[in-house]
Amino acid sequence: MNRFAGFVRKEFFHIFRDKRTLLILFGLPIAQMLIFGFVISNEVRDVGIAFYDQSHDAVTRKISDKIVSSGYFLPEFNIQSPDEIEKAFRSGKVREVIVFEPEFGKKLERLGTANVQLILDATDANLANLVSNYTTGIIQDFVTKSNQTTQRPIQIVPEVRMLYNENLESAFLFVPGIMALIMVLVSAMMTSISIAREKEMGTMEVLLISPLKPMQIIIGKVVPYAVLSCVNVITILALGYFVFGVPVQGSLALLLAECLLYILLALSLGILISSVANSQLIAMLISAVGLMLPTILLSGFIFPIENMPKILQWICQIMPAKWFIIIIKDIMLKGVGLGYVWKETLVLIGMTGLFLLISLKKFKIRLE
Amino acid sequence: MINTAREPIIRVRNMVKKFGAFVANDRLSFEIFPGEIFGFLGANGAGKTTAIRILCGLSKPTSGEIKVAGFDAYHQTEQIKHNIGYMSQKFSLYEDLTVYENIRFYGGIYGLTLSEIRSRSAELIDQLGLQDFRNVLIKSLPLGWKQKLAFSVAIFHRPKIVFLDEPTSGVDPITRRQFWSMIYAAAHDGITVFVTTHYMDEAEYCDRVSIMVDGRIAALDTPESLIRSFQVKNINDVFIKLARPAAPNEVNQ
Repeated sequence: MNRFAGFVRKEFFHIFRDKRTLLILFGLPIAQMLIFGFVISNEVRDVGIAFYDQSHDAVTRKISDKIVSSGYFLPEFNIQSPDEIEKAFRSGKVREVIVFEPEFGKKLERLGTANVQLILDATDANLANLVSNYTTGIIQDFVTKSNQTTQRPIQIVPEVRMLYNENLESAFLFVPGIMALIMVLVSAMMTSISIAREKEMGTMEVLLISPLKPMQIIIGKVVPYAVLSCVNVITILALGYFVFGVPVQGSLALLLAECLLYILLALSLGILISSVANSQLIAMLISAVGLMLPTILLSGFIFPIENMPKILQWICQIMPAKWFIIIIKDIMLKGVGLGYVWKETLVLIGMTGLFLLISLKKFKIRLE
Repeated sequence: MINTAREPIIRVRNMVKKFGAFVANDRLSFEIFPGEIFGFLGANGAGKTTAIRILCGLSKPTSGEIKVAGFDAYHQTEQIKHNIGYMSQKFSLYEDLTVYENIRFYGGIYGLTLSEIRSRSAELIDQLGLQDFRNVLIKSLPLGWKQKLAFSVAIFHRPKIVFLDEPTSGVDPITRRQFWSMIYAAAHDGITVFVTTHYMDEAEYCDRVSIMVDGRIAALDTPESLIRSFQVKNINDVFIKLARPAAPNEVNQ
């Protein structure tokens, strides 16, 4: 145990003395979070909207004026018929169409309730969400204020429809995506590079000849990166929560456990790569081309898998990141428990076992 | 210095190592005695590295009887590893660790206690005159110093045998001399030295040398006897005489 502790300490020296390693370990996750976070969550300002007012009465005019004067929106069109809605969106100037039902004011007077429909271009899911929230907020404000002056309380029911992206895929998706990416980077790439470095420098030979068992060497190499990956997970979650308001709806413990599983998987991939690569450069190339790119492109992180050609969809099935992102998204955003994600979890466990088995075998063969 | 009356510390009989159809080591037999400096020569690809890997417990022999420090190279590799030290031609200290951190790390993986490491490293740093460099990163030391330190680290845990795989390649002649005086000192302390080298003048510093050609041991004796029986001027000529038919282009120097 003493031996092992010394080994791990040495590993931390390597990491903390190399500025580039440190930059990748701690600078990159933060930079990526900030870049993705700010690119995706635009501020709502001067968003183009259109009105389809089928009622044309005093109330709808009041609400329209209130929305326009809020400063968040720019009215582009007044729409006269339903088929113009599509045209308005196609023009690219409009992100939201607000539809008042016929006899809006009369219904409100007579029944105390009326419907308004908010139709949104959800290609930028995050922005669509924000815009609909702002609009609903303004309408609710109108309702509250008018209820203060009259005895008969009124109610306006906004019905939100997201066009082009019904389920708001990709909203907040960047957090699970970045987690998947960073962990592949830190756990797989950095470990494989650090093991390859020992081979390149000739120190691996000395370690193998020492009484340390191969297993101890491997575990000693990966423990520091596992620890640092955990630190990264927490950093990303904290940044997401405090800076971008990305919630964790489900159990935090389950979320961290799934992250730990994914870290283990990435580490076993790192060991596998290092058993093939004899130099740091090769290790980096294999990790970049074989792991990083597919994680970005084929995990559903940036490009939706459903829109890909069939062959690519099949390839996506073997990307660990795809399953990880599904799990994390479900836990973070939908708040589901293990009962919902056990299948995906099993896939990850299976992959981890497989990769561990192969990499340990490879490591032994190389010794011969 | 050699005490042939004692039990050999390395005993190899008919050691064979095959990789598929290729025979890397063909029935090697030799005995090495405690405190001996044994030179292991051969052209590149003659099978030196394969033999060292087997003796160090890294690779399993195909057949033959091999005992290192009294332990069997088939089943007792763990015990062998505890009793040997190793230094390779590739530099084996960590560049981004300090002198003391390297000593502490290697001492640690050989199971020395912290107090043992402290007292021995103080002694070692004194001997090497590195008092002012204890906490300096290895990468800022000159190559000769690194090499000497690497050797000292390889025998820091006081192994019975130390394997040196071309330890002096790329070092200037003066440092090589100093290095060899360290090897003599280690042998004097009873450590058996198994050394491969490209420098034929170094071969003459050894108590006995073996010359490998094409996986076999072509000659094994003291340098003087070899020079006498081949009727040449030095070991270099012995080497050329033996190696020429096999690999004329690969003879070094």
